[in-house]
Amino acid sequence: MIDTATATRTVTVERDLPHRPGKVWRALTESHLIGEWLMQTDFRPVEGHEFAFTAEWGTVKCRVVEVTPRAALTYSWDADELRSTVQWTLTEIPGGTRLRMEQTGFRSDQPMYYGGARQGWPRFLDALETVLAGME
Amino acid sequence: MPPNQDLLFRSLADPTRRALFERLCREGSQTVGALTEGSGVSQPAVSKHLGVLKRAGLVAPTQDGRQTRYSARPAALAPLADWTREMQTFWEARFDALEDLMKRMDQ
Repeated sequence: MIDTATATRTVTVERDLPHRPGKVWRALTESHLIGEWLMQTDFRPVEGHEFAFTAEWGTVKCRVVEVTPRAALTYSWDADELRSTVQWTLTEIPGGTRLRMEQTGFRSDQPMYYGGARQGWPRFLDALETVLAGME
Repeated sequence: MPPNQDLLFRSLADPTRRALFERLCREGSQTVGALTEGSGVSQPAVSKHLGVLKRAGLVAPTQDGRQTRYSARPAALAPLADWTREMQTFWEARFDALEDLMKRMDQ
């Protein structure tokens, strides 16, 4: 979806996992485990800690924003022109954990950031969304 | 940023070009003369703007007798919406890998 005021967008993935929150938390916060499913990283679960994810295709620069053990984890996620925040939420459910990932951000090369004509962009982005939806 | 994306963003940063592109999207293909009417700028200026839009892949000319008609190519806009699609695919795959890891952690 597009927030027309700021042109930020959100990506959400949510899954129910048959594992206890404590175990999911370990996979999200222990760097050697993160390396097995996400990317190589020097992450530490300390608010303010600056770290990076590295992959063959490049590097993601990050900073830990919030750490609430077994419940919530937020870090910034900057890659190329993308400025975003990744927010993990863990909710205990019968038999496991509901894990939700929400990434919110914008591309700094979006035309509105070239200055001028800012008022025109929300309308244009609405139209763009319609056009792209029709292409699928 | 790939040069073609840079062209795309720069070409759409201009309100006159954006208006021309939106009009072609709404009303279908038009000649330069028809586009000049109601645009508030001269025909050479419209031609110049169309040239920029063409280099960005946003419009394409077709010859219609002695006249050139321009039509919109909205598919060229895809990079504007791309990061969410890319990231959606990325995270779905990472969640799959996470589930695999969690199974291995049981053993």
